[in-house]
Order: sequence, then C-alpha cells, then structure tokens
Amino acid sequence: MRAVDAIMECLKAEGVEHVFGIPGGANLPTYDALYDAGIRHVQCRHEQGAGHAAEGYAKASGKVGVALATSGPGATNLVTCIADAVMDSVPTVFLTGQVRTELIGTDGFQEADISGITMPIVKHSILIQAPRDIPRAIHEAFHIARTGRPGPVLVDIPQDLSRADIPYEPVASVRLPGYQPTTEGNAKQIRLAAKALANSRRPVIYGGGGVINADAAKEFRELCVSDVFPVTCTLMGLGAFPADDVQWLGMLGMHGTRTANYAMDEADLIVAIGARFDDRVTGKLTEFAPRAKFIHIDIDPAEISKNVPAHIPIVGDAKRILPKLTAEYRALGADRSRLDAWWQRIRGWQEKYPLRYDDADDGEIKPQYMIQAMYEATDGRAIVSSDVGQHQMWAAQYYGFTRPRQWINSGGLGTMGFGLPSAMGAKVARPDEDVVCLAGDGSLIMTVQELATCVTEQIPVKVFLMNNGYLGMVRQWQELFWDRRYSHVEMGASPDWVKLADAFGALGMRVTDKGELGEALKTALSEDGPVLVDVHVTKEENCYPMIPAGQAARDMVG
Amino acid sequence: MGEPGTKEVLNLEELQASGGVRTGRRHVLSILVENKPGVLARIAGLFARRGFNIDSLAVGPTDEASMSRITLTVDGATHPIDQVTKQLHKLIHVIKIRDLEPDERVARELALFKVSCQDGESRAQVMQFTEIFRGSVVDVSKRSVTVEITGTDDKVEAFEDMVRPFGLIEMVRTGEVAVARGRGAT
Repeated sequence: MRAVDAIMECLKAEGVEHVFGIPGGANLPTYDALYDAGIRHVQCRHEQGAGHAAEGYAKASGKVGVALATSGPGATNLVTCIADAVMDSVPTVFLTGQVRTELIGTDGFQEADISGITMPIVKHSILIQAPRDIPRAIHEAFHIARTGRPGPVLVDIPQDLSRADIPYEPVASVRLPGYQPTTEGNAKQIRLAAKALANSRRPVIYGGGGVINADAAKEFRELCVSDVFPVTCTLMGLGAFPADDVQWLGMLGMHGTRTANYAMDEADLIVAIGARFDDRVTGKLTEFAPRAKFIHIDIDPAEISKNVPAHIPIVGDAKRILPKLTAEYRALGADRSRLDAWWQRIRGWQEKYPLRYDDADDGEIKPQYMIQAMYEATDGRAIVSSDVGQHQMWAAQYYGFTRPRQWINSGGLGTMGFGLPSAMGAKVARPDEDVVCLAGDGSLIMTVQELATCVTEQIPVKVFLMNNGYLGMVRQWQELFWDRRYSHVEMGASPDWVKLADAFGALGMRVTDKGELGEALKTALSEDGPVLVDVHVTKEENCYPMIPAGQAARDMVG
Repeated sequence: MGEPGTKEVLNLEELQASGGVRTGRRHVLSILVENKPGVLARIAGLFARRGFNIDSLAVGPTDEASMSRITLTVDGATHPIDQVTKQLHKLIHVIKIRDLEPDERVARELALFKVSCQDGESRAQVMQFTEIFRGSVVDVSKRSVTVEITGTDDKVEAFEDMVRPFGLIEMVRTGEVAVARGRGAT
C-alpha cells in the first residue's frame, strides 16, 4: 500500500471525518490518496484559514482538528495557528508535505525547515525519516494531541517517502516511554483540598479552559453547587458554568467584572481548576489575591506554581479529580451558613458594580448593545466564534454563555483573524447549531478570504461584524495610556463590506440604526447560506471595567 | 514592567535588574532521552526560550542503544530549576530527569590544556603540576605541552589557574558527566 493510503487508513482509524487544507507540490501524494478516501476535505483559501478552522472544529467538538498544507510557504502559513493551538491547548494535528529527502537541506524549491521553525510552539513534532514509520507516527500524533494537556502536533512528511510502498498493518496501540500523563490525582491531596474548602470562609472557584478541554463542565458544576461556592471563569473557561446561575460572579481578569476580581482579591481560598494564572487574570502578580491559599488542579505539572505558588497542588485530569473532590467535600458536611457573610459582601459588589454602559437615546448602536441584540436574536444558544479585540471582551461580558464549547476564541495568543475560519470549522463540526462569527473590522479583513470557502463549501456561517473603523482595543490603550496619540489605528472607510460579501457570493447586509438591528440579525440567521452583517457601532467606545495593565484587582477602572 | 500600559521610559539598569536575577547554586541535571533525531535541539531550544543559560552540556550513548544521556549543568535558584525540569518533562522524548545533588553524585569532566612552554624549566613545572593533578601529557612540541586532566570541574579549574601564568594557548572541556552514587541507577 502507498504510504499516503496508509495515512488515510490511520486517519479513519482515529475517527477523522473532516480535514481542512490546501494542496501543493509536496503533498500531492496525500491529496491523491484523499481523493477517494471518504474523508470530507474543506478546501480553504489560505493555510492560516485551514489551521484556525481545524482549531474551531476541535474547540466546538472536542475532537482532534486536522489541517493539511504543502511544504515551504504552505507550512509556514500554519505557524500562527500552531502557536495559537499551543497557547490555548487545542488538540490539533498538522500534516505538512516536505520536499524530497534528497533535497532536504539544499534550499530546494518550497523548502522550509518547518519542524525546526515550529519547535518552540508544538506539543510535539515528527519529521518522517522512513516510510515504514508513517502509520505509527500518525497514531502517535493523535494520541499526543488529544491526551494529557492537549496541543498541536506536527507531522512533516517528505514527498518521496509518502509515495513509498509499505506493508501496512493497523497499529493497535502506541507506546511512548517519555509520555505518561498523570490523570487520577493524589487521593491525599484531594482530601486535603476538601478540608481546606470546608474550613474556608471566603472561597472562590476559578475555572479555566482546562475544564472545557477535559469535558468536565458537569463535574465542575457539581463541585460548585455542592455548596454555595462563588464561581468565576477565565476567558477560556466561559461556558463551563452557566452565566445565569446565582453563584456566577462573571468572568475575572483584565476585563472581568469587579465582583469577580474583588472576590479574588479578598478570598481566603482559591480553587484553580484547569487555569494557569495568566497575566491577564492576575494583573500585578505581587498583589494578586494576597489573602488567599491556593488549591491548583491541573493536568500539566509545569503549570503548578509557575506563576502563583500552590498550597495544595493536584496534578491530574479534572474530569477524574472533581467527582472525588466533590464526594470528599460532601462527606465533611460543612456548614453552608459559614459563607453567608461572604455572599453578603459579594451581593453588595454585584449591586454596586453591575456591568453597565450608557446606551444611546438615538439610533446609534453601542457595541455592548450589539452583543445583547445578538444574544436575543440567537436565544443565547448560538456557538459564538470571536475574533480578537474589544468585541471579544464585550462578547465575553455580555453574551451569557451557558454551556461548554459554546464560546470559541483565541485567548492565549490573541490572534486577530481567528474568528471567521474558526467559525467555519465549528460549523463543520456542529452543522445543526447556529454558528456566529463575531468579528471586528480590523480582525475580519485578516482572513476574510475564507468567506470564499464558506460559500463554495456551503458552510453557512453568520458573520456579525462590529464595525467601528478602528483597531479598537489599541485605540483604547492609546486613549487611556498614551495621551490620545492615535497612531495608525484608524481603518478608514474601506472596504464596502456589503459589496465584499456580495463579491464572494455571500449575502451582505448593513445596519446603522439600533431599531433595525434585531430584525437584521434574525434575518441573517434564517438565511440558508453564509451572511455578513456589517453593523456600524459607536466609533470610540471603551471596554470597561478594566484592570490597567500591571496593576491589581482593586485598581479597576471604569 | 514591559507592559504598554505604562508610558514611562525604562532605563537599562531596570531592564537588566528584571531579567538577570537568576543566580543560585550550580545544578547538574542528568537527562535520559530517547535516541531520536532533534532531541538535543528540542532541549537546547527549551532552555533558550525560557531564558536559561546552559553552562555545560555532554551527550553520549548509554548502555541501551535506544537511549542517550544528556548531562547538563545550569546555574539557577531553586524555583526556576523546578520550572525547567517540569518543562523538560513535557518533551515527549525525555524519559527521566534527575537533579543530582552534590553529595549524591560522582561527576567527572575531561579537559585538554595546550600550554606555552618557552624553555625546559617551564615545561618541567607544567609537567610537575600535571603529575600532582594526576593528569597526563598527551602531546608535546618545542614550545608547548598538551595536558589531559580528568576530574570534577573544580579540579579542572584549579589546574587552569596553575598553568595560566605560563601562557594558556588553548583549553577544551567536555563538560561534566555524572552518575548517582551507590547501587541505584541514575
């Protein structure tokens, strides 16, 4: 069997139904095998689109996302996606073609050392050196991508080796002596954690993207409601706990709610689950949660005590640890009323500092209003894939996510241009759900070519464009911290987004009046094909509240 | 610091102070790895991007063909070392890491010194030092002696101090290799 045909067998054995990519010289053999392999291939318009689509697919489904690219520029176009996937722990496999083995190292046509280039940003990478190794390498890649702390794995396959005839036998299991993720969690530590929870007077549970990656939202919720624990989540963790629950404090961090940040500041015990104390969460590290002890549950031991020293570290899979912790905690029969005073304090903040903005009295569309209108139009049920910037933060604040994998965005790397292709991938994974791409005008144009993919491949993504004519978040920082010297943040009037959508064969709509917004969004959702709604919002609106960079929670402004 | 939220100009001393406070005792890490292509590049790359300097590095085969042993010495305070070993563990090809404490390791390094000897007297002195350090002369020319010294890095450095006044033409060191003391495997 040709090695490339063996690759198809391996992909099918791994349960792969969809892949995203672009063919080229060095991966011609792979594409020949793909021709009648029975796997749906989404032909993207740029490899970055394919890579983010694979990420969106993975984030929406929990399955491994797969992207294909040729050697050289095809492979280097994936670099941003790989970096994005490693930062947000997205299970992905990238299959790149490489030049023929005899050309490697000779600066051959379309040669780039992609395994070298991506070494700092992959979970693992495999450069194929013998055709017989290919099936095992593919299975290893999937195993590494989806287990432990998920992440991107690159498999680089020289073109000549992929054409080789190999004896193919299905690979039953992979054996990696250096890779044995801890999953169960230390029983003694779990007991200690339960006791600490029972003794706490001002606890906060702080969930991150790891809860969603572990498919542990249910177990997370059970722990939270095993008592009246106040709950906050990071940007990546939104949806792990329903935003309409009374125990929900809102998102924490730079643009989180005052309540969530103040609660962290005054907490005596913080339970971090699948979260990594990113600088966007902690603000000034030396003043972060100064009164708290930390229980840190994470599958990656390197995250424990990386930024904040953990008093009770528990390494393992949240899905396995949380039920044990909940059971241990319940068995202690802690007195719920001990948290009354804490809740009184929290309710006080919630009353005094709700999320708020000054709505316009005329037809002007405030960006926050747009998110609320989007929530109404979708009944709060849509999968929202966001780009990066102010609109992302407003969505995180105002679209109350209630279930995991409903909110898809680029958190760690903050990749502008992520939204549209990842929405495309999410829609492929979840065709029966409404998938909305919430974009900014600065972000959307970075990968707008994927509208062509949506039209051609019939992927009816709805793009809701929050158009303020600025690189809004940068403008906000220039306004607040750099004396309003607006250096190169204005986007000007171009393009005409309605005509652009039309040119791609999608439906374009424009809304400039608040009164028409709700209807327009509903119309867009009811259309069969992809739609771009260009919504003109307030040009200079700032995203508040905010912890100014490098400051502490109690320094929040706005 | 380094956040664009603050407009203040940072002076160079501040930048250096924030980046360079990583001093502590010297650690000898013994790393067992799968003998796979690129494994050394992954480890070196990891050190580079996490901001650690490798003081010395020695790589070689082990008693098992599929494994290699990397002995790496690094200067650092306890906390960052902890982070580095954890990050190293995340590399798929890294099987085992041991931070060998000074009293639980036997460490050796080989060094070659090419020393200038203008006359018979200085040659005699260098050869005498070589004997004291239990080294051996491996090459000699009219105006130089090449000496091989084996030992801990302290011993190598002590020898260097002794011969430097004669004129040290060249010094080449392998970097330390180490094994755990006693019956147990490193």
